[in-house]
Amino acid sequence: MSEEAILSVQGISKSFGGVKALDNVSFDIYPGDIFGIIGPNGSGKTTMINCISGFIRPDSGHVLFEKKDITGWKPHKIAHIGIARTFQLMRPYYSLPAYKNLIIPLWSPRAKKFGGWRGGGKHGDRDTVAVDILEEIGFERDSRVPYKLASTLPTGYQKRLELARCIAMRPQIIFCDEVFSGLSMSEIAGMMPLIEKLKAEGVTLIMVEHRLRELFRVANRVMALNFGQKLVEGDPRVVIENPKVREAYLGTEEV
Amino acid sequence: MEILVYGIINSIILSLMSLGFSLVYSIARVPNFAHGALYITTGYMVWLMVNKLQGLPYILAIIFAIGATAIIGALIYRCVLIRIRGMEISEIIATYAIGLAILEGLRWGGLRGMTFSLPPFYPGAVSMFGLLIDYQRLIIVGTGILTFILLYLFTRYTKIGLALRGIAQDERAAMMLGINSDMTAVISLAIGSALAGFAAVLLLPLGNIVVEAGYNVLIFAIAVCVIGGLGSWGGTIVASFIIGFAQILTEALGSSHYQMVVALLAIILTLLIKPSGLFGKQKELEERV
Amino acid sequence: MEAMRKERIDRGLKVRTEGIYAISGVREILYLLGPRLLLIVGLMALPLVLELAPYWKRVINIMCAYALLAISFDFLANYVGLVCLGGAFFTGVGGYFSAIYNVYFGIPVYLAMPLAAITGAAFCTLCLLPCLPLRGVYFAIVTLMYPLLFTRIIEALNILGGTNGITGLDNLPGSYTEHYVIILMVLASLFGMRRFVNEDIGLVLRGVKDNDQSVRASGISVTRMKIIAVFVASLIGCFAGAYIAHLYMWAGISLFAMDFSIIPIASTVIGGGGTLVGPVIGTFILVPLSEFLRFFGTFRIVIYCAVLVGFIMFKSEGLMIYFQRKYHQFERWVKV
Repeated sequence: MSEEAILSVQGISKSFGGVKALDNVSFDIYPGDIFGIIGPNGSGKTTMINCISGFIRPDSGHVLFEKKDITGWKPHKIAHIGIARTFQLMRPYYSLPAYKNLIIPLWSPRAKKFGGWRGGGKHGDRDTVAVDILEEIGFERDSRVPYKLASTLPTGYQKRLELARCIAMRPQIIFCDEVFSGLSMSEIAGMMPLIEKLKAEGVTLIMVEHRLRELFRVANRVMALNFGQKLVEGDPRVVIENPKVREAYLGTEEV
Repeated sequence: MEILVYGIINSIILSLMSLGFSLVYSIARVPNFAHGALYITTGYMVWLMVNKLQGLPYILAIIFAIGATAIIGALIYRCVLIRIRGMEISEIIATYAIGLAILEGLRWGGLRGMTFSLPPFYPGAVSMFGLLIDYQRLIIVGTGILTFILLYLFTRYTKIGLALRGIAQDERAAMMLGINSDMTAVISLAIGSALAGFAAVLLLPLGNIVVEAGYNVLIFAIAVCVIGGLGSWGGTIVASFIIGFAQILTEALGSSHYQMVVALLAIILTLLIKPSGLFGKQKELEERV
Repeated sequence: MEAMRKERIDRGLKVRTEGIYAISGVREILYLLGPRLLLIVGLMALPLVLELAPYWKRVINIMCAYALLAISFDFLANYVGLVCLGGAFFTGVGGYFSAIYNVYFGIPVYLAMPLAAITGAAFCTLCLLPCLPLRGVYFAIVTLMYPLLFTRIIEALNILGGTNGITGLDNLPGSYTEHYVIILMVLASLFGMRRFVNEDIGLVLRGVKDNDQSVRASGISVTRMKIIAVFVASLIGCFAGAYIAHLYMWAGISLFAMDFSIIPIASTVIGGGGTLVGPVIGTFILVPLSEFLRFFGTFRIVIYCAVLVGFIMFKSEGLMIYFQRKYHQFERWVKV
C-alpha cells in the first residue's frame, strides 16, 4: 500500500506494578481500515486503547497520528484532533435524557469545527442534530426512546448511544472497545449497517472484540495480542489459523 | 543545632497527629474530617476523669479515654458512614458535620477559655545538646518512634494488620479473599480515632485544651497527608518532617503566627507541583475504565 | 392477608400538562405556574408583610444572602460534583473586595458591589485553580482551608484592618432598597441558574459530574469546565459577601466565619440537593431557626450538624424532592 499510515503505534510498553500489561507493541493503521484487535482477557487490549487515547501514559514508545507525536497528550486534546473511543464499561450521563447525552460531544470545540451544522450555539439546533444522529444510529425517531432518561435504556441502546457519542464528534478514527459484547443477534444485525456506513464515510475503525465471527465480517486486518505482546497481524483468516493465536485462546495440550 | 532538635520534635508531633487520618483514608477511603474533634474529645475526657473522679490514676484515665474515642470512631462508621459508603460527597459532608458538631458541642458544653490542661507525664526538663528540653517532649519523640515501629510490625505480622493492608491496596481483591471490608473499615476507624486520642494525651500537656486546637490538628493532618500522598503511610512520616522543619525555620526567621500559613501554603504548592503527593499511589486522572 | 406494594403514579393533572396541553386550561396553567408564582410573590411581599414584626425584617436580608450561598453550593455539589466546604471563602473575598473599593477607592455602593462580585470571583477561581484538575476530595480540602488561611493571614500580617476589619462602608439607601436588592438577586440567581443548567453548557457541566472521563473523551477539557463552574458559583457567593459587608457597614474576619460554610450545606441537604430551589427553602427554614437558637450560643451549630447528618442518613433526598413527589404523584397500595 502506498498510503501513509494514519496512526502509527511504535513500541508501546506499560507496566502496572509488577504486571507488564503491554510489551513493546507496534502496528500501523491506514485510512479506511477496519482493524480488529483480538486476544484473550487480560491481553492488554483495553490498556492499548487507553494508552493511545491518552487516558494512560505509556512507559515507553510513541503514538503518531498523521506524523504528529501524540504520546502523553491529554485525553481531550487527543479527542479534539480526531481520535474517538468508546468505553467498555460505559456509563451514559444518567441524569439526562438520551438525546441530551449527545449535547456534550456536540458542544465540544471539535464538533463546532467539523460538525457540519451551523449551530452558532443556539439551543434548538444541537437538539435537532442530536436526534438526527440518534436516528442514524437506529433509535426510532418518532418513538419516545430518544427522550427517555439514559439510565432507563436497555443495553443495546446504551451501547449505540456510546457509539453515537463518538460519531457526534465527526472523528477520523474510532476505537470501539467491545461494542458487540452484550448484544443480541438482532441488535448486532442492527449495528452492522452503521459500521458499513462509517466505513463508507471514510472513518477508520479499530475494534477490540471477543465476538470473532462478527468482527471478521467487517474487519480487513486483524492483530492478536496475548499477555501484552503482539502475536501476529494481518488478514483475519490467516490470523485465526495461526497456531499461536489458537494457543492463546484455547491453550495447548500437555501430553 | 537548635533547629535540628526542635525540628525533629515538631516533626514527630505532626506525624503523631496525622497518622490516624492517613490510616483511615488509606483503608476505608474516607477522609475523616472529624479527626480533630476526636483528638480534643479524648483530651477533654481525660481532663474530666482526672479532675472529677478523684483517685483515678492518670494512666487509667488515659486508657479509658482512648478506648472511648476508639468506640466513638467505630460508631461513626457503623451508624453513619455505612449508609453512605462510596458516595464521596456525602461522606465528606457527614464527617465534617460530625466533627463540627462535636467540637462546637464541646465548646458550648464548657470547653471555653484557657483553664483546661493536662499535667505532663514527668515534669521537669533536662539539658541535652546544649538546650533545655522538657521531659514531655522527649517522651513524645520516644513514644512516637515506638508507635511507628509498632504500627509497622502490626501491619506486617498480625492477621488483622495484614487484612487492613490488603484492603488498603486493593479492596476488591481483598474482599474476594474473604476479608470483610465493612469490618476492616470499622477497625481502621477505631484505630485511627485511637491514634488521634493517643496523640492528644501525648501532646495536650504541652499546652491547653482548647477547641481551636481541634481545627488546627485537622488542618495539619490534612496538610501532612496531602503532601505525603493520600494513602501512603511512609509519605505521611516524610511529609511531617518536611512541614515540621519548615515550620521551625519560619518560626526562627519570622514569627510563630505563620505556622498555620506554612502548612496551608504547602498544600497549595503540592497541588500545583505534584498533586498526588510525594508517595501518593493515586494518579490525578484515575483510570476507571 | 395478601401482599401489597406501594405504587406511585403521576397525577392526572401532571400528565395533562405535558407538552402543548399545558395551556389547555386554567387548572393546568395554575398547576405549573402555581409553585413558582407562590415563591416569587411570597418573597416580594415578605418585607411588606413583616412590617408587623420589625425584628424579623432584618432577618430577611441575611436569610436571602444565605440563600445565594446555598444556591452556589448546590450548583457546585450536585450539578458539577465539586463539594465546597468553604462558602465562607466567597463571602470573605466578596466582602473585603467591596470594602476596599468602597472605602479605599471611594467607589459608590452600586458599583462597588457588582465590581466586588466579578473581581472577587476571578480571585477565588484563581485561588482554587491548583485543585481543579484533581479529584473531588482535593477541592473539598482546599475550600475548607482557604477561609482559615485567609483569616490567619489577615490577623498575622495585620492588613486590611486586621482583627478590627474595615469600617465605614456605605450602606444601601433605605431599608426597602436593602430588602429588594437581595430578594431580586435571589430570584434572578435561582431562575438564572435553573436556565443555565439546562442550557447546553450547563449540560456539559452536569456531564462532568456524571462521568468526567466520557466528557474528556468527547474532546472537552474538564478542567476548563470546572473553572467556568467555580467562577459562576463564586460570582454568586462574592455578591452575597459584598452585600453582607454593606449590610453591616463593616468587613472583618467574621466574613470568613464557619456559619457561611455550614449553613449552605445544611440547607442543601435539608431542602433537597439538586433542585436549586430546595436549598433556598432550606435557608428559609434554617436561618429563622438560627435566630431562635441564638439563645443557645454555639450550640446551634451542633443542631445544624445533627440535623444535617440525620438528613443524610435517613432522608437524603431532602424536603423539596419529597414535596415535589407528593405534588406530582400520588401513591396507593395495590395487590402484588
